[in-house]
Amino acid sequence: MTRSRRDFLKAGATVAAGSLVATSPLLANPARVVPPLADVPRADDPAIKALMQVAIDTARSGGASYADVRVAARRQQNVNTRDRIVQGVSDTDTYGLGVRTLVDGAWGFAATSRLDKDSVANAAKAALGQARANRASQLRPVELAPTPGNQVGTWTSPIEVDPFTVAITDKVAYLLAANEAALKVKGIRNVNSSMFFLREEKSLMTSDGSYIVQTIYRTSPSMTVTAVSPDFRDFQSVQGNEIAPMGLGYEHVTNSKLAEHAPRWAELAVQKLSAKPVEPGRYDLLLHPSNLWLTVHEVIAHPTELDRALGFEANYAGTSFIAPPKDVLGKLRIGTDLLNIVGDREQKGSLGAIGWDDEAVKPVKFDIIKNGMFVDYQTTREQATMMADYYRSVGKPVRSYGCSYAQSWADVQFQRMPNVSMVPGTNDDTWESMIAKMDKGIAIVGDGSFSIDQQRYNGQFAGQVFYEVKGGKIVGQLKDVAYQFRTPEFWKSLKAIGGPRSYHLGGAFGDAKGQPGQSNSVSHGCVPSLFQQVNIINTGRTA
Amino acid sequence: MSALAPRSLFAPATILSRAEAQEIAQRALTNSPAPETRVSINSSARADTRFALNQVTTSGENSDTQVTITAYDGNRAASVNTNRLDEASLAAAARQAYEIAKLVPPNPERMPELGAQSFPALQERVLSLPTPAERAAAAKIVTELARKNELIATGFIECRAGASALANSKGLFAYDSSSSVTMTSTVRSPDGTGSGWACSDGNSFDELDPATLAATAVQKARDSRSPVAIEPGRYTTILEPTATGNLVQLIVGAMQARAADEGRSFFTKPGGGNKIGLKVVDERVTLVADPDDNPSTGGGFDEDGQPLQKVVWIENGVVKNLNYDRYWAQKQGVQPTRAGGGGFRGAGRSLRMMGGTSSMAEMVKGTERGVLVTRFWYIRPVDARTILYTGLTRDGTFLIENGKVTRPIKNFRYNESPIFFLNNLEAMGPSVRVNASENLGAGGAVFMPAIKVRDFTFSSLSDAV
Repeated sequence: MTRSRRDFLKAGATVAAGSLVATSPLLANPARVVPPLADVPRADDPAIKALMQVAIDTARSGGASYADVRVAARRQQNVNTRDRIVQGVSDTDTYGLGVRTLVDGAWGFAATSRLDKDSVANAAKAALGQARANRASQLRPVELAPTPGNQVGTWTSPIEVDPFTVAITDKVAYLLAANEAALKVKGIRNVNSSMFFLREEKSLMTSDGSYIVQTIYRTSPSMTVTAVSPDFRDFQSVQGNEIAPMGLGYEHVTNSKLAEHAPRWAELAVQKLSAKPVEPGRYDLLLHPSNLWLTVHEVIAHPTELDRALGFEANYAGTSFIAPPKDVLGKLRIGTDLLNIVGDREQKGSLGAIGWDDEAVKPVKFDIIKNGMFVDYQTTREQATMMADYYRSVGKPVRSYGCSYAQSWADVQFQRMPNVSMVPGTNDDTWESMIAKMDKGIAIVGDGSFSIDQQRYNGQFAGQVFYEVKGGKIVGQLKDVAYQFRTPEFWKSLKAIGGPRSYHLGGAFGDAKGQPGQSNSVSHGCVPSLFQQVNIINTGRTA
Repeated sequence: MSALAPRSLFAPATILSRAEAQEIAQRALTNSPAPETRVSINSSARADTRFALNQVTTSGENSDTQVTITAYDGNRAASVNTNRLDEASLAAAARQAYEIAKLVPPNPERMPELGAQSFPALQERVLSLPTPAERAAAAKIVTELARKNELIATGFIECRAGASALANSKGLFAYDSSSSVTMTSTVRSPDGTGSGWACSDGNSFDELDPATLAATAVQKARDSRSPVAIEPGRYTTILEPTATGNLVQLIVGAMQARAADEGRSFFTKPGGGNKIGLKVVDERVTLVADPDDNPSTGGGFDEDGQPLQKVVWIENGVVKNLNYDRYWAQKQGVQPTRAGGGGFRGAGRSLRMMGGTSSMAEMVKGTERGVLVTRFWYIRPVDARTILYTGLTRDGTFLIENGKVTRPIKNFRYNESPIFFLNNLEAMGPSVRVNASENLGAGGAVFMPAIKVRDFTFSSLSDAV
């Protein structure tokens, strides 16, 4: 018999009210702690909170100067279609606990999906063992920046419709209608569309008295159309990535209106087959926010992560050209005065919106680039102390900006970027008005191929649709276009940006970093931006 | 084992045995209300240690078992995945899968489930994983050598063990278990002008060679300091085995038969059809996926439960096979490909480019002017029509002049296709195992040779070190 959520809560409350002992029938049988799939436990259940306390107590009694424990229930749903076929519908549900300990200045981490008292205590002991083993090569003990401590609260993504309450039939019908609209366009041979939904309920308890419960939703509708030439010598695709993933509910799918956009994307794909190959050279370049968000992500957001600047990511994601900190903080000009960049986890509907980070730090909005000058890095509690001398010298508090995040209960938290966004200009310009002001150049919509070196100097980015602009008007499509740049020169060529009306949130659902690699979701707000005389290459070659 | 270290959670017992997997699968099947059901089980454990700035920065352990239940109602299908393994949860998952499946439109391309299959037994392996202290000690071999040379080491050790099983209501049961390990390190000079990298990859911790790895990365870091810029352009280029693997594996990811037949692939033949039987690269190039290259305890199987077999993708430069799933194979009247899914962008769990006899020294000696590449980074597709990718060199790029490696050079961005440069092949070394994944995690087995090619296209310079 399926146990109802009410039954589960009742049982959990009973345990929490009494002493948490191994003989508790609930805790002795992990299978019963965790109710059936249709009834995922809430992260704030008293029984779960009691188990988290077991982890904290075990860590402290085992010698940890600090410990934190996270429990997360993560549910994902995918609906994938191709042409007139539903290729797959899947629901994924994972649930577990991770514990991090700090012993003599060394970290250790362990995780378990078995939520009973013994397993949780064993995980805490394993984390202690990791930390002790890691002291062997210690050169600089970990120090944590202070927090107010005793952070207690809840936070939920600002959704209107829980996507997990929407019928599968509605989702399938929505996608198939969009596919049908694209397939009506002559020359379209392949259409893929999908919806992806995530709900993560997670609770965090720290040994300095914080207890945070958060429910995070993310939603991503997507579509790609491909046209094939009649002679099978060419094919071209357009992704509808003007529709970004968001930290919203099913209303984001509804508002995306894929079926309305599909014929336009399909027409663009067909037109791309006969588009003019770009002539390499230097062009004025107008980037739509649906393209520029990814460039901001790669060449501003990543190199202003302090762990990169200090060398912690050197083996994988790389270091940073914005380094060493003492030489660049407050001194390095990255772009023209038009360039203002903020770190922000508060923006409604953004992928990176949260109430607290995975160290129980309440994030604040902070300046990263001010009027073209680099002013600060993204930090965690551990990283902020590495910059203590600088912060004290300029009168800033030694504090974390709340950039700690782990992708799941099974992974240790570390520095991940918040939403990193451009500040709009103070004018009233839009994409259309900026095109009208262009004499000659290229305008790019949507993100495409992207690549950047390990210090974020040399970038090569493409897009979805490339427009040739002459005399303030779009005169046709180009193909095989990519822009290449050296980052400092690129931002110093920024000539004009759009105003608040042109602001658009792009986003990355799965941004990889770290070893083992973890995925983070972030949004980047941008406005249309005009760059002068950027190097354009032609990527077409003949096999 | 060090007294400091508790027994690792990664004892073999945390990985499901064949009997345990069978028991879970049977419970899921028994409780499924669907007319037809598939159960896929993935049990995994991971132990890792990360180091930076010459000290261990963190390490972790976890283990988990995920069960995916796919319910079929005729041609309707839906999957539910959970890591809660009690009977009630599995039954609920099966019910939910069935309820969703009933709402999904029929998929005319759905293939019937397979019945019982016969799997060859492969090599036995003990699935033990190292303790935190053993991993920390391996890391210290690198960090200490770096410190002695006044360099800075950063790196990662990842050890994975896993078991997977597939069962269905038609009597199929397949079980497989394996382990893999990897260690990589990037060693940099304190002034930020030099960087060297090396890897060691295998199926058990004992196969790692931290000392050789440390010596290689340290030497490269020393040799690569203060690089000079040379003009971008087309150069004779020697790719070390990792660099070869970074790019050559991209070919296999593009070998989907359906995309080729429908006109959406390099492997589409102009005018229609695909390129099976056509020569696409130099006749010395042979590319295979072979289960024996990544042996496990149970015999491998693909996502449908078909036993894996050796698949020759390209033989002597000619396309021998494209990747046919069961539906497309039936439609085209051919046998489905049994290379398995997973790594290499959908092309199986192993990949080998057959090697040659030239040593690196011989390749360098015979080069008047060229570029030596350690590895590539941020490799992204640019044009699927030609398997054209872009990316950059990294952690050891050197100029070759008059038969000698003469000086470090600044990194390049390339815009290249393995199809193009494998048509410009000049020499090949023996094939060795490398970690050719960009995220440097433990996983599939990749065997690649060092190669020398003509006219490799470097399109611009990078200031990154």
